[in-house]
Amino acid sequence: MAAQEQQQPQSRDTEIEDEVPEAPPAVPEAQASAATQGVDDLLDEIDGVLESNAEEFVRAFVQKGGQ
Amino acid sequence: MTPGSEALAGTELPAGGAMRVMGSETEYGIHAPSAPGANATMMSARVIQAYAQITRQKTAGGAETRWDYTDEEPLHDARGWTLERSQADPSQLTDQPPVLDAEAVALAYGRQDLEADGQDETGSLLMNMVLGNGARLYVDHAHPEYSSPEVTNPRAAVTWDAAGDLVALGAVRKLASDPELPPINLYKNNTDNKSVSYGSHENYLMPRSVPFGDIVRGLTPFFVTRQVICGAGRVGLGQDGSRPGYQISQRADFFEAEVGLETTIRRPIINTRDEPHATADKYRRLHVIIGDANLSQVSNYLKFGTTAMVLSLIEAGQAPRIEVHEPVAALQDVSHDTSLSGTLRLLDGRRVTALDIQWMYYEAAAKLALETGVSDAHSGDGHTREVLERWELVLTQLGSDPSAAASSVEWIAKRALLDGYRNRDNLEWGDARLGLVDLQWSDIRPEKGLYYRMLARERMQRLVDDAAIARAVVEPPSDTRAYFRGKCVSTFGKQVVGASWDSVIFDVPGIGKLQRVPTREPLRGTESLTGELFRKHDTAAAFLGELLGPPPGPKA
Repeated sequence: MAAQEQQQPQSRDTEIEDEVPEAPPAVPEAQASAATQGVDDLLDEIDGVLESNAEEFVRAFVQKGGQ
Repeated sequence: MTPGSEALAGTELPAGGAMRVMGSETEYGIHAPSAPGANATMMSARVIQAYAQITRQKTAGGAETRWDYTDEEPLHDARGWTLERSQADPSQLTDQPPVLDAEAVALAYGRQDLEADGQDETGSLLMNMVLGNGARLYVDHAHPEYSSPEVTNPRAAVTWDAAGDLVALGAVRKLASDPELPPINLYKNNTDNKSVSYGSHENYLMPRSVPFGDIVRGLTPFFVTRQVICGAGRVGLGQDGSRPGYQISQRADFFEAEVGLETTIRRPIINTRDEPHATADKYRRLHVIIGDANLSQVSNYLKFGTTAMVLSLIEAGQAPRIEVHEPVAALQDVSHDTSLSGTLRLLDGRRVTALDIQWMYYEAAAKLALETGVSDAHSGDGHTREVLERWELVLTQLGSDPSAAASSVEWIAKRALLDGYRNRDNLEWGDARLGLVDLQWSDIRPEKGLYYRMLARERMQRLVDDAAIARAVVEPPSDTRAYFRGKCVSTFGKQVVGASWDSVIFDVPGIGKLQRVPTREPLRGTESLTGELFRKHDTAAAFLGELLGPPPGPKA
């Protein structure tokens, strides 16, 4: 088992080296860049949705114990 | 055995991968902004009641069904003993129906409400329902809880868990339409940031033959680190959230032990509650209490899929042989390290990151899946391959450019939104507005919930389309005993007087005593085994006649 333990990080390192140059697929990247462009727009929308008086709302959210 | 009763007796899923009998439990945070002092148990009962009113409109005879507590054993410990009732914390006695006395009701809502609609026909408050989709909806402590029907794979787990959020939404809408009552909001989160936490649990069926010690050793390093892929994110550090900052997990700061029976106090990383809700000498139900409630479908999918695969590793004796030094402290360190750069000490002396540990599990799981063939593109089980692909992608993103995971990993998605506010308005972590963003992220109303606003803008990925989730509100999964339970409720609702995970109880006119149909094999009672019976019979009497065999004997 000791041999296996030592191998695992190594095989992981080689895998990372293989994968990083290939980069993640294009779809999430496209989403990420869309995220940057639309961030002001998004915050404007969320401003209109957020409960008014943040401090009071957050303070009043009191729960009883659960699992 | 009659041909009918065979439909409820055992079968198996492909081993070695992500398929397994599993289910989710969600306790919702509950809040009435216009009635801040309202009794939480009473409000939770209102939620159940509201949903009962909805299903009564939809299902002839009503779909509300009493829970059968006969097989609840919350004090059985997987390590081989039973806790004395007198030694248990009152919150552990979940095998007794919760009782709301008239005083509590009156205090919360005024006395005339007692005569109004807070009660069902027999005069007691409805605290428990079994739904037509096979789920349980009930009051747990001071929260409404949805326990999903049993499913066999992570995609179905996401589907029927999300269906629970629509069930909760239905109840919220119903309550909001009543001008006499204060509107009630429900939140799919795990803390009020004032020292209180409430759970979202997972359940996984395992063979009883797997030694519990193997489960503890195999799962602990995985549970310490899996939050990096399925943490929901939290503003505030410490149980009361008073230290400013952002952390990966909602739940991590509330864990205080490595192994234990409790779920409400001294919460353990590995919970030993041993209620199999199935044939006890064959199965164990692993009750997982460490997870965050997830709205992100990808995080939720990975939570169930990767955990199911790690259990397969443990069963095969192939879990990574690593032990984390002081796992409770490590769990919190990982949660507080949003840079993902900190290292954990292993008992063999190595120092590794949380991502390193996840990669060790990933590689072991990929190897086992290859050996067993379950991840094969053509002859595989149809689930394991996708879990492995998504797991690998997310770990790669987290290791190189975490922002690439902003549409999938929940804590990264929430963080991106919070960073937007911090940057635009120069807010410090202690600012109440960031606390509100965190809280309102989990509001289950699509017009108010910030997760849902992100989903509407396609900033969050959908794994399951909206129509499939809507169907899962009324339809049970077809491939577990939940099919039998759900169909009994929706088809013979009037005659079903009780149900639980492993039984359905009928009260059929003309038969003097109750008929209890045991469903102790989770993979029986499926559509392929019982669908024909439901299609064939219009009455519960004829249905039970064929299922149990004539004449109804004393065994039921």
